[in-house]
Amino acid sequence: MKADISEIIEVCLLAGKIILSNGGETYRVEDTMIRIAQSYSVKEVYSFVTPTGIFLTVQGENKGQEQTKFIRIFERSIDLNKVVLVNDISRRICNGSLTIDEAYEKLLEIENQKHLYPKWIQIIAAAIATGFFALMFGGDWKDYLSAFITGGIGFVVFIYIHRLVRVKFFTEIITSTIIGLISVFFLKIGLGNHLEKIVVGSIMPMVPGVQITNAVRDLMAGDLVSGVARGSEALITALAIGTGIAVVISFL
Amino acid sequence: MIFLDLDLKPLYSSLIATMAFGIIFNVPKKTITSGGIIGMLGWSIYTWLIDVLKYEMVSATLVAAFFVANFSQVLARYHKIPVTVFSISGIIPLVPGGLAYDTMRNFVENDYLTGVRLGTKTLLISGAIAFGLIISGVISQTIRGKERNYVKES
Repeated sequence: MKADISEIIEVCLLAGKIILSNGGETYRVEDTMIRIAQSYSVKEVYSFVTPTGIFLTVQGENKGQEQTKFIRIFERSIDLNKVVLVNDISRRICNGSLTIDEAYEKLLEIENQKHLYPKWIQIIAAAIATGFFALMFGGDWKDYLSAFITGGIGFVVFIYIHRLVRVKFFTEIITSTIIGLISVFFLKIGLGNHLEKIVVGSIMPMVPGVQITNAVRDLMAGDLVSGVARGSEALITALAIGTGIAVVISFL
Repeated sequence: MIFLDLDLKPLYSSLIATMAFGIIFNVPKKTITSGGIIGMLGWSIYTWLIDVLKYEMVSATLVAAFFVANFSQVLARYHKIPVTVFSISGIIPLVPGGLAYDTMRNFVENDYLTGVRLGTKTLLISGAIAFGLIISGVISQTIRGKERNYVKES
């Protein structure tokens, strides 16, 4: 298949952007972009991916046919369905069953796609997850109940404050403070026996465990810059959560 | 005899927690249950190693992550979707989120010694998870590489 270099770059960058901002690993972003570009018979592809931006250079078959483009990534969350869909598109491009325009349109569609599950299901899922985490870490059924309520409220607060202020660090501090307050309240009225289990369960949806693991994985794979960057992001998140909870615990 | 005195609480709580996390992470509908089962297997291997075989936290995490990664590879091959979908939900129970938070809380509360101790443990555990995932990835790549050569030769 043949295509214009600038069109190839657009498709590659859009695919890379979707994967990177929805929880894909660094090597998957690079791999997908290189595969898409190579299926349009170009000579060389170079990419450099960090969690905050992507550089891509594509070199055409003739001399002087090379272009570089850079895009900035502002927000990262985890939405694995989009990663699956982009992976499918890239597989179809490699098979040769998608033209470049079709691919671009499909990718735009994926980028604007909504969450598979409605908000209320997500909130209930968060509540159930936090409850069972409290149970899993050794709490009893009373802790389960209070973590269920605390985690559900925490998730709602997180979504709405984040929509309001768009600063992740601030959102995390406020949410964890509220979670701390509610957990202490439940402990005081006798619903729940272990403060630690309730708190740790309730903050699980925010906690940067997956980010820390991905950071170490990037470092081991040789993506040093993105490993360090992801690690710092995780550290700041952990700091925000720790501060929010510690404020409550030290004042009450 | 080892299995008989195991109570079921860790099993079903990790199963349901991982499935609920799958919904938060927006995994495709057909993979929610299998992701939950992977999370449950990982967590039961982990608790079994710690409670029964008296492993250290780090080594138990390494072994559990290795198994999680292998199950994820198999399921990813079966469903033909990226392995990340399974491995991210599968490692959720193992991930040292609570420890990372505990570390920072100790720092904020001026208990630097405990903070450093817990922080080191957090790093080692996440290193163990990453290492478990990478070992399994390398093994499967090596095997697949051989398959490809075999196909080319034949």
